[in-house]
Amino acid sequence: MKFGVVISEGPYTHQAADSAYHFVKSAIALGHEVPRVFFYHDGVNVSTRLSVPPQDERNIQVNWTNLAKEHGVDLVVCIAAAQRRGLLDENEARRQGKDADNIAEGFRISGLGQLIEMGIQTDRLVTFGD
Amino acid sequence: MSETKKFLYVNRKAPYGTIYALESLEVVLIGAAFEQDVSLAFLDDGVFQLTKGQDTGGIGVKNFSPTFRALGDYEVTKLYVEKESLAERGLTEGDLQEITFEDEDDDYEEKPSIHLVSRSEMADIMADQDVVLSF
Repeated sequence: MKFGVVISEGPYTHQAADSAYHFVKSAIALGHEVPRVFFYHDGVNVSTRLSVPPQDERNIQVNWTNLAKEHGVDLVVCIAAAQRRGLLDENEARRQGKDADNIAEGFRISGLGQLIEMGIQTDRLVTFGD
Repeated sequence: MSETKKFLYVNRKAPYGTIYALESLEVVLIGAAFEQDVSLAFLDDGVFQLTKGQDTGGIGVKNFSPTFRALGDYEVTKLYVEKESLAERGLTEGDLQEITFEDEDDDYEEKPSIHLVSRSEMADIMADQDVVLSF
């Protein structure tokens, strides 16, 4: 089966990004496809490469980056939600005249159309959030 | 992308206090370009999103409630409001904005977009969908 995944709560505050990670890993291990994960609302905060959790804790961003690398999962961060919350890739930082960007490897910033497209193209859409 | 799916956007939270309602509406507006079969559900505190006379002047955030009246222009014409959620909050249909659309299949007659449904009817509507996005 082909799953689309939405993450709509922020990392560490909420378990959504962790549960989604375990779900995607397990689904792929069982032979399912997860072509894309869409980060929305505070879920976009997962994509910052500047988070530095204590060393004895899981690193949620690194987990996702590794998953994207190993399995080619397309990690899409909603641009409107990201810009509100201070998450910029190199292009957007330049365009908005900001002095830094912070999107981690494996994530890409794009529009809400990617969420709708995922809903159309997958068999099931699973949301992790409140 | 010719496939048409039934999309339901479920709105369960008050319009202000959290960003869910506003960012839900942003998905609905963008999603309209994909020409899917779109419905919106309003239940729990989500019914407050449709109330008329919203004034956000005191809290310094944008009043986005007029946008609901523009949904018809995006061919989003099915807004289901749960009766029990209204009643539990002391609201009636008269507390809601009038939201209409022009029915192009019926000589552009103006018709109401809001439909009051019972909790069990809402369950049927949800069961009938291909994609449910909950906010």
